[in-house]
Amino acid sequence: MNQKAILYLALLAFGIAVPFMFPAYKLQISIMWILVVLSLTWDVQGGQMGYNTFGNIMFFGLGMYICSSFQIGIFFPLAEWTASGGEKTFIHTPTQFFQGFFIGIIFAGIIPALVAAIIGYGILGLRGHYFAICTLGLAIAAGELAGGIELVGAGQGMTSPPWPKNIGDTELRSEFFYYICFVLMISTFLFLRWAYTTRFGLVLNAIRDNEDKAEAMGINTMRYKISGWVVSAFFVGIAGGLMGNMIGYIEPVETAFAGRTFGVFMVVMAILGGKGTLWGPVIGAIAFHIFKEGFWTFFLGWQYVALGALIVIVVIFFPEGIMGWLREKYPDRFGEVIDEEDRKAQVELK
Amino acid sequence: MDFLIFQIPILMVQASIDGILLGILFALIAYGMALQWGVMNIINIAQGELVILGGYIAYFMYVIGIHPAFGIIVSPIIMYFVGWSLYKLVINRVVDRDLFISILATFGISILTQQLMNFAFGSDVVIAQSNFGTTMLFNYMVTIPNSKLFAAVVSIIFAILLVLYMRRSKLGRAIRATAQNPRAAKILGVDTEKVYAATFGINAALCGVAGSLIAITFTLHPYVGLPYTVRSFMIVIIAGLGNLPGVALSGMGLGVFEEFSDYIFGTEFRIAAVFLLLVFILVYRRFKLSRKREYLK
Repeated sequence: MNQKAILYLALLAFGIAVPFMFPAYKLQISIMWILVVLSLTWDVQGGQMGYNTFGNIMFFGLGMYICSSFQIGIFFPLAEWTASGGEKTFIHTPTQFFQGFFIGIIFAGIIPALVAAIIGYGILGLRGHYFAICTLGLAIAAGELAGGIELVGAGQGMTSPPWPKNIGDTELRSEFFYYICFVLMISTFLFLRWAYTTRFGLVLNAIRDNEDKAEAMGINTMRYKISGWVVSAFFVGIAGGLMGNMIGYIEPVETAFAGRTFGVFMVVMAILGGKGTLWGPVIGAIAFHIFKEGFWTFFLGWQYVALGALIVIVVIFFPEGIMGWLREKYPDRFGEVIDEEDRKAQVELK
Repeated sequence: MDFLIFQIPILMVQASIDGILLGILFALIAYGMALQWGVMNIINIAQGELVILGGYIAYFMYVIGIHPAFGIIVSPIIMYFVGWSLYKLVINRVVDRDLFISILATFGISILTQQLMNFAFGSDVVIAQSNFGTTMLFNYMVTIPNSKLFAAVVSIIFAILLVLYMRRSKLGRAIRATAQNPRAAKILGVDTEKVYAATFGINAALCGVAGSLIAITFTLHPYVGLPYTVRSFMIVIIAGLGNLPGVALSGMGLGVFEEFSDYIFGTEFRIAAVFLLLVFILVYRRFKLSRKREYLK
């Protein structure tokens, strides 16, 4: 127990110290925390609940658009902002920027959560691969629709508000976003860690193992499935809002509803780390981010080939992920006791 | 409502004819999807990429000076071997496993293929000119490119050939037996591994035919594969596995829907309309089944 507390504190201290230890990689590590959030929240559906979704990216894009729209729309006419394209005719004062940012972030969480609650009843009634394909369709349709709405810049996208000029340089900007991302990651992790210990977590696992039985035992599974999706949508939406602010430019298909990048990443990261575990998605996201950045830097152009190959290899040869592999290798570290005689007897039976 | 299509009723004829010709092509791709889904129990997200790859073979022939219509002979032969090697490399490892594994693995193949096609053929939108001319109907009010008629006729011929092959030949019988019960087929001496490889190859060959037809009627681009996958998935879930007339009809229905949605919502929402229709159909069926306490599975 004490050991665990020390581990957590050490990780926390590391996270806080990162901007000063690796000042050049602040933005990269902020994106890594975002990826951790995405893979943790994907795991709520894919790992704990057994509903493999391709649609969580929809909440990411929704959060991104909503956050920036609120940031701009509160103070300036949104249509004129997007129509002006890259040339910013309006400038946020620092107060306006931070007020808008926090209001935008809050709505970027709430509105995707509401959307998840509304569509959840229809979509979550599907099972297995029908659910997977349905959410894939939903995510792509969302991107195509966003590319047709004039108010948010249609196909050419929109810019998110730039960092206000007179309160410091870009270093301060990336430190600010780094800590927001870090706090988001920590709160997502702690929330899910707590949630998995409650009845909610048990019900999610029951749904994964056998939904019909869970229903027969008197659990209203639909309610739990929807709440699980709402939780995911909330955190993913906030992550989207932050991401939109960090990269400064929102494009409907490439950054917001990015099924080909973040939408696939979150699935791969969770499976790579080991789905259905708490730490697996975190480890998977960090490993994947390091792999990805290495590849994107040294083999530019081949990144999607590598990504495709990685997906195939992970899914076929490594479906249990890093955590599953560790669990097989050191079962006693996971609190599992193996009765050697029993195991031998089983081997003989085979 | 001031939609153009309701003001000028002849456009409805145009849209219906376009849609039906297009739908026959979709039905051909969907037939391949239904074949592998029924026989091997996998869902192939890379179906659309196989189609586009087949199209690029026809386009390549066009570039080196052969008429692209011959692509319907060359492309399936090449694509059969592409499908066969794809099966030997990846698909044989996902056949007996969870459907989601096959979805994800083929999703990986799809991303990989897209990027390789992007390297090989460039990211420009290309078209192979067939120079077949155009047929005019109703006093020049309705125009039908002859290439689309050609595509529909070729699709029908290939579908009929495939049905005959499945009914009459020894391999066809083995494929049908494996689809019914792989274990029993194995006991009776069918090499199911070979049957699976052949099934995937035939599916890829069908995609090759469809792709080379798309190359002469529409446009090719490395990243437009996924809509074809989704269309064929949609057609299969409406028609059901192994229901060939149903596949043809729902293919045509989908084609007509797309053409009408083009006129009503605008071309920029075409893909969105396809994907939303998929979501709508799935959710509709889910609510219909849930009245009987059942679910789609």
